[in-house]
Amino acid sequence: MEQPNLNYVNQLSGTDNVFKAKLITIIKKEFPDEKALYFENMNNKKFKEAAGSVHKLKHKISILGLENSYEIAVKFEENLLENRTIGKEDFDAIITVITNYLKTL
Amino acid sequence: MNCIIIDDEATARAIISQLCNQTPSLKLLEAFPNAMQAIKYLNQNKVDLIFLDIHMPDFTGFDFIESLKNPPKIILTTSDPQFAIQAFEYECVLDYLVKPILQERFNKAVQKAKSLNVTKLNLNSKKALETPLGNALYININRRLIKIDISTIYLIEAKGDYILLKTEHKNYTVHSTLKKIEEKLPSSIFLKIHRSYIINVLKIIDIEDNSVLIKKEVVPVSRSNRPELMKRLNLL
Repeated sequence: MEQPNLNYVNQLSGTDNVFKAKLITIIKKEFPDEKALYFENMNNKKFKEAAGSVHKLKHKISILGLENSYEIAVKFEENLLENRTIGKEDFDAIITVITNYLKTL
Repeated sequence: MNCIIIDDEATARAIISQLCNQTPSLKLLEAFPNAMQAIKYLNQNKVDLIFLDIHMPDFTGFDFIESLKNPPKIILTTSDPQFAIQAFEYECVLDYLVKPILQERFNKAVQKAKSLNVTKLNLNSKKALETPLGNALYININRRLIKIDISTIYLIEAKGDYILLKTEHKNYTVHSTLKKIEEKLPSSIFLKIHRSYIINVLKIIDIEDNSVLIKKEVVPVSRSNRPELMKRLNLL
């Protein structure tokens, strides 16, 4: 499976390591909240709200260089808006990959 | 240029702040997590440029723009490229940045804002339809502009911040509002029959009490919209 990377973060930070550390801290803090909200909405079958959560998570996915995963998230968001959960397993797998990756930072 | 950022996502605010700080021509005044705080700030401060997220809960970027009488120049930021056409319907919108925002692309957008002779890409809906595009409507789906023959649209349904556009060939979910798409469609063919539905009157199969059968779908007709619908029919 596609693995996250910090290419974008490094590119944006340049030699500014303070900013890089700050950005990673923010991502590590914000991602679990967005993830929790996503699962809460899914568990409550609030698919439109879950689509909103996926929308937010898409930004983290793209920041971490997961291009194919981003496309999966786009399709999953569309499905949720039509009350379909097709793509959930793939999307959840992406969330797991990111969760594990953030633990290493 | 004095600028502010409006984005409910802390990560996005941090990234755009960094990009602003790396740009000598910009002075970042504040970054707000929601539009309401920004509106209060705008009432008391001079702001030249806003980096505005579209997709925010409760009050979207488009709601924000429409709430301002004299909006400053705005550069929209979003994770979703499908809002592009809608974005350029607003005079104040200079550019549209898809997240994650790259420095080079950001610089280009700021350059546009700096320029006094900004050539605004005018995708004004009605004008666009009167051009050689004819009966076509373009929607942005996953970074692709998809051309839709207007005559194939039979139903448009509001779904929160999105609309579900149903055509004879395929359905499309687009981030827009019924009001916006209603402006783009010929009023001689399309009619809003309910706060959540616009139909192509040529596609009606039958009408019963407070509903319309269109293709295989039963669509409600609100009491207030029923007289206009009845006017459109060639009643014997």
